[in-house]
Amino acid sequence: MNKVVSNRLLANNIHAIEVEAPLIARSRKPGNFVILRVGDKGERIPLTIADADVEKGTITLVVQKVGASSAKIVSLQPGDMVTDLVGPLGQNTHISKVGTVLALAGGLGAAPLLPIVKGFKEAGNRVLTVLAARNKDLLILREELGAYSDELLIMTDDGSEGKKGVVTVGGEEFINREKVDLAIAIGPAIMMKFAAQMTKKYDIPTICSLNTIMVDGTGMCGACRVTVGGETKFTCVDGPEFDGHAIDFDELLNRLGAYKEEECKLPVK
Amino acid sequence: MSKEKYTEMRNQPWRDELRKAVPMKERTAGERVKMNEVDPAERIKSQLLEVNLGLTPEQAQAEAKRCMDCANHPCINGCPVGIDIPTFVKQIEKGEFGKAANTLREYSSLPAVCGRVCPQEKQCEAQCTYHKMKKEPVAIGYLERFAADYAIKNPGECPKPEKKPANGIKIAAIGAGPTSLAFAGDMAKLGYDVTVFEALHEIGGVLKYGIPEFRLPNSIVDSELKAMEELGVKFVTNFLVGRTATLEQLSEEHGFKAFYVGSGAGLPRFMNIPGENLNGVMSSNEYLTRVNLMGAGSEDSETPVLRGNTVMVVGGGNTAMDSVRTAKRLGAERAIIVYRRSREEMPARLEEVHHAEQEGIEFMTLHNPIEYIGTEKGRVRAVRLQKMELGEPDASGRRKPVPIKDAIVELPIDLAVVAVGVSPNPLLLRTLKGVELSKWGTIVVNEETNQSSDPDIFAGGDIVRGGATVILAMGDGRKAAASMDEYLRKKYNLD
Ligand SMILES: Cc1cc2nc3c(=O)[nH]c(=O)nc-3n(C[C@H](O)[C@H](O)[C@H](O)COP(=O)(O)OP(=O)(O)OC[C@H]3O[C@@H](n4cnc5c(N)ncnc54)[C@H](O)[C@@H]3O)c2cc1C
Ligand code: FES
Repeated sequence: MNKVVSNRLLANNIHAIEVEAPLIARSRKPGNFVILRVGDKGERIPLTIADADVEKGTITLVVQKVGASSAKIVSLQPGDMVTDLVGPLGQNTHISKVGTVLALAGGLGAAPLLPIVKGFKEAGNRVLTVLAARNKDLLILREELGAYSDELLIMTDDGSEGKKGVVTVGGEEFINREKVDLAIAIGPAIMMKFAAQMTKKYDIPTICSLNTIMVDGTGMCGACRVTVGGETKFTCVDGPEFDGHAIDFDELLNRLGAYKEEECKLPVK
Repeated sequence: MSKEKYTEMRNQPWRDELRKAVPMKERTAGERVKMNEVDPAERIKSQLLEVNLGLTPEQAQAEAKRCMDCANHPCINGCPVGIDIPTFVKQIEKGEFGKAANTLREYSSLPAVCGRVCPQEKQCEAQCTYHKMKKEPVAIGYLERFAADYAIKNPGECPKPEKKPANGIKIAAIGAGPTSLAFAGDMAKLGYDVTVFEALHEIGGVLKYGIPEFRLPNSIVDSELKAMEELGVKFVTNFLVGRTATLEQLSEEHGFKAFYVGSGAGLPRFMNIPGENLNGVMSSNEYLTRVNLMGAGSEDSETPVLRGNTVMVVGGGNTAMDSVRTAKRLGAERAIIVYRRSREEMPARLEEVHHAEQEGIEFMTLHNPIEYIGTEKGRVRAVRLQKMELGEPDASGRRKPVPIKDAIVELPIDLAVVAVGVSPNPLLLRTLKGVELSKWGTIVVNEETNQSSDPDIFAGGDIVRGGATVILAMGDGRKAAASMDEYLRKKYNLD
């Protein structure tokens, strides 16, 4: 059981939840995630560690209310208990000094991107960040990302804040202006697909962090399999980050829909 | 057990009397007892109903009477951990059920579990003298279960195990499957301060997440766990050793002096055939974990599971049988085993195959999937199966299945579960420096002591053997406890 320390509303339906987990706070690295469960009948849900405070012994998770399980998580109040929490899981982001890094965040992807941006900045890279969302109410972690970016470009689909357009438009603007050595794109699968297609045109190595369906998160079930470069990989242990140009995004998009409600019923003949 | 000790046990007056009380003819006249079972039509409606109901005391005593109490005890030789079978069977015949349970306890940490899941037909029962008489062997497994269940229901009759005074030495076991549980129980009795670390949110390993309730109820596993807690064993769930903290951290910062690695062989194998990543194709680990660990399929669970009218399960082991019978219970009209060898080569327990048949499971032996075909929406709708025939024996001594040219059939399915084996999980192993691994990624240990190439690290169960059995995992844990105790006594001058 892990105690919730705070629950902060970041944007419409998006919460930052800080949980006591001293060992995880200490051992986690950028790119890692945890699996948590709320209640005895709860699902095991993977969530990226957006931030950690080693001194306080806490980690911060960013959660968007979408279904019943996430609704339960965002309703947790300080003092409430998370039934189960395990981690850190997944490979660490390979952070090194490469030169100029382009960070592309789509919506909630800003949360997993934050520790990575921080890491690359601290490693001495020039970091250019594009933070994109459907509209201004869904923009999160703007100050935090800004603090670790040399430039931060805000984009919204509807133009309600920053520039109007999708994340790739902002990304291309940077690429056309200066040499980019590495791109990192994190967000909805469809956004990462297009981001990877865009950077491919310019031959910029690109990393994407995948949020597949998971159960155990330790390599035991294979629910998280994904095809990368023609080979099956387990996202929870081999990833979650992979070479964006090698990921089979269409398969990923299909697998993300595997447990839609109608799929779980006995098929009608 | 030494010959002398066995002879001494066998020649005790009560046992001598019992042997003489019934003429051999009368003993061998009886038929092997039939297990009481829930009706197949009834049991397939429930994920939870245990199929086997156990024996009544009268049935157990009558079956125990069949045992001829052979002087050369072939059954003991067939038991991987050398349980003194004739003694506990004769104690049942005499009506001393508690004592029978205590005899089992001397050799096994998990008798109620092993009585349910051991492949007895390949072990103790395979050696029974009755085979020579062309008769069915004594139902040793049923009797083991009977005595162990009796002890759970009548705890007063079984004295608590003795515990040596605490010696203050902290020991960690990694993974909470049967091997670590057996290890931890024995170490606690020897006076050590034992903590078991488990990555999942439940204790029990495969016993909880893999083997279904209809074959091994969780309450049975939990009663064993309670006994261990009473011995002072501490359990920490949600702790992935190697990630949450490393072995070095556990030893340097938390004072653990030695480790037992029982992390199992959790990594599912796939066949790497086209279409295997379609929706509706999954590993048996995923399928069984969703249903057993997460309760998917029951009304109030938040974890979903896919259902199918026609479910194919690939494989011939216990995992395949558990999956296919689970599919039936989740509403499949046709639940089909597809296995590339023939019935004789199936590694599953005989009883499970038999129960599966009773439940209407179909068997397509000598067939092997080569490709999955999906719907427009990316869900599996059919599988292409290559027909096989048996060729020459291979390294395992079993006849090798070879494809029959151009004999390919298409089977419409809406769910496929792949149960073709597991490998060791490399997660922890990657962080263990100085521990020698085999080319299969298992931990190499000294067979006598279960010590690895790092003297403070011992290992056993599936992480050493690859996918094996509960009894072997349990036996490893006990052996490792005895040898670790010896090692630590020397190292820390405890005597
Ligand atoms: C579906 C199924 C049916 C089976 N049926 C039978 C049967 O009928 N009869 C029989 O004899 N055998 C059967 N087996 C095999 C038997 O269950 C195994 O041989 C046995 O459980 C192995 O025990 P173990 O303790 O080595 O490992 P496991 O039971 O696999 O336990 C290992 C545990 O370690 C945990 N772990 C792994 N890595 C870490 C880490 N880094 N930190 C913390 N924890 C970790 C895992 O989560 C797991 O809980 C079956 C197996 C399956 C899957
Ligand atoms: S989530 Fe189970 S293997 Fe990755």
